[in-house]
Amino acid sequence: MTLFGYRLPGMSSLILWGILWEIVGQSGMTFFVPPLSEVVATLFQVIQTAAFQKALYETAYAFIAGVFFAIVIGIPVGILMGKNRLLDELLLPWVNVFLSAPLTALVPVLMVLFGFGMKAIIITTTLFAIWIIILNSRAGVKQINRSLVEMAHSFGASPFDAFYKIYFWAALPEILGGVRIGIIRAVKGVIIGQLLISIVGFGALFELYSANFLMGHFWAVLIVLFALAFTISEFLAYLERRVSYYAAKR
Amino acid sequence: MVVADDIPESAVSTRNISKNYGDVEALRDLSLEFPRGQLTSLLGPSGCGKTTLLKIIAGLLEPTSGEVEVNGQMVTGPGPDRAFVFQDFALLPWASVMRNVSFGLEMRGVAKSEREDIAARYIKEVGLGGFENAYPHELSGGMRQRVGLARALSVDAEVLLMDEPFSAVDEQTRRKFQEDLLGLVQNENKTFIFVTHSIEEAVYVSDQIAILLPRPSRVHEIIRPSGFRDKGVDNIRRDPEYLDIVDEIWASLRTYVE
Repeated sequence: MTLFGYRLPGMSSLILWGILWEIVGQSGMTFFVPPLSEVVATLFQVIQTAAFQKALYETAYAFIAGVFFAIVIGIPVGILMGKNRLLDELLLPWVNVFLSAPLTALVPVLMVLFGFGMKAIIITTTLFAIWIIILNSRAGVKQINRSLVEMAHSFGASPFDAFYKIYFWAALPEILGGVRIGIIRAVKGVIIGQLLISIVGFGALFELYSANFLMGHFWAVLIVLFALAFTISEFLAYLERRVSYYAAKR
Repeated sequence: MVVADDIPESAVSTRNISKNYGDVEALRDLSLEFPRGQLTSLLGPSGCGKTTLLKIIAGLLEPTSGEVEVNGQMVTGPGPDRAFVFQDFALLPWASVMRNVSFGLEMRGVAKSEREDIAARYIKEVGLGGFENAYPHELSGGMRQRVGLARALSVDAEVLLMDEPFSAVDEQTRRKFQEDLLGLVQNENKTFIFVTHSIEEAVYVSDQIAILLPRPSRVHEIIRPSGFRDKGVDNIRRDPEYLDIVDEIWASLRTYVE
C-alpha cells in the first residue's frame, strides 16, 4: 500500500492499532487493557522468569508432538482417501464431522480415555490439526492430472513409487496449505488442552494471570503466543510459495 | 499403391479386441497387425476409439475381450517392451528435464549415474542439450514434448506408442516434429504406433495407416503408402501419391464428421 506517495512496509497497520491500544491504556478506561508500553515492558520481564520458560517448554513439547502426529497420520490418510474410493466413502463423513465439530466439547471425553497428563493434551492438539490436513491432502490428490498417474503406471512404477514419487509431490501445494491451517488450529488445541485437562504450560499462565488480574502479564504471554504462531505460519506460507511455480500447471 | 507384398512380420498384433464402457461399445472385434520397424497410424474421427486401442496395447486399459500380443507375448499390463508418449506430455512439473527423462529408467531400478548418462544422451538427441536442469514450466510446448519423447526413447523399448503427440504444439513445431519422426523411424529400428486425427500427418509419417470408423469402432481400411517414402522429407507433400491418398481418406471419412 502507498500513502502520500510513500510505500508502506507490510503490516504497517499494526502501528496504528498499537497507538490506539496505548491511548486506550493510558486513558485508564478499563483495567482490562493496560497500555501497550507497559505490556511490552512486562513481556521482557516475564520471558526471563523460570515459570515462563517452563511453560514455554511444556507448551512447545505438546504442540510439536501434537502437530507431528497430525502430519504423519493426516497426510497419508488424506492421500489414500484421494486415491481409494472405498476408503473415501468410509472416512469422509467422519472427517467432515470432526472438522466442524466443537472439539472443545470432546476434551472431557479425552480426559476420561487418556487421563489428565501430557498424553491427553497432545491428542487434543492432534485432533484440532489433523482434519484439515486430511481434507487438503485428499483435495490435492483429487485434482492430480490423470495422465501423470498413467505415465507412472506405463513406466512400471510400483504402488509405493507412485505414492511418494507422484501423488505426494502432485498434492504438495495443497498439503502445505492444509498443514499451515492445521498448525494454526493446533495452537488453539494446545492452549485449550492446557486449560481444560491439566493446568500446565501457557494455559496455566493464562489461568494464573487472569485469576489474579495481572492483565499486563496476560497480554504479554498472548503476544508471545501470537508471535510464535505467526512465525510458524509465515514459514509454511514461504514453503508454499516455493512450490507455487508448479501448483498452477499440473 | 495399397498392396505391398514385402510386409515384415508383426511386432504387435491385436486380435478380436472389444471394449465396452457399460452399454457403450467403444471397440468391436478389432484385429490389426503392426509390422516390425515401421510406423502405423491409427486414424479416424474423434470418438472412434483410437486412443482406447492404443491404451489397451500399452496395457493401461484392459479389453473386455480379445488379446494383444507383443513379440508373441500376451499383454497383461504395461511392460518394458513398450513406451508411451502422451498427448499432454505428462511431465513431472516439480522435476528437472534430466529427472523427467530418466524417470522411466528410475522406475526400472537403473542406478542414478547410469540413468543420467543415458538420459543426457537422449536429451541431446532430441535437441534439448543445455536444458538438462530446466523445469517443464520454463519450456515451450514443443520442447516439453521433446522431453516426453526423450523419456520414451531412453528406456529403449521396442515399441513406441504415441498418443496424438503433436496435437498440443503449434503448426511449425509440428512440421519439424514430423520430419524428425521420419528420421527416428529410419534410425531407431523400433515399431511405432501413432494415433492422430490429422489426415495429412498420418499420410506424411506412416508406413501403414489403419482407418478406424466409429460407433462401434472397427478397421475400415488399411493403406500402405509406398511410393514417396524415399523421396526426401521436402518432396513428400507435393508427391501425387501423397495427395491422392489424402483425398481418398478424406472421402471415406467425411460422412462421419459432424
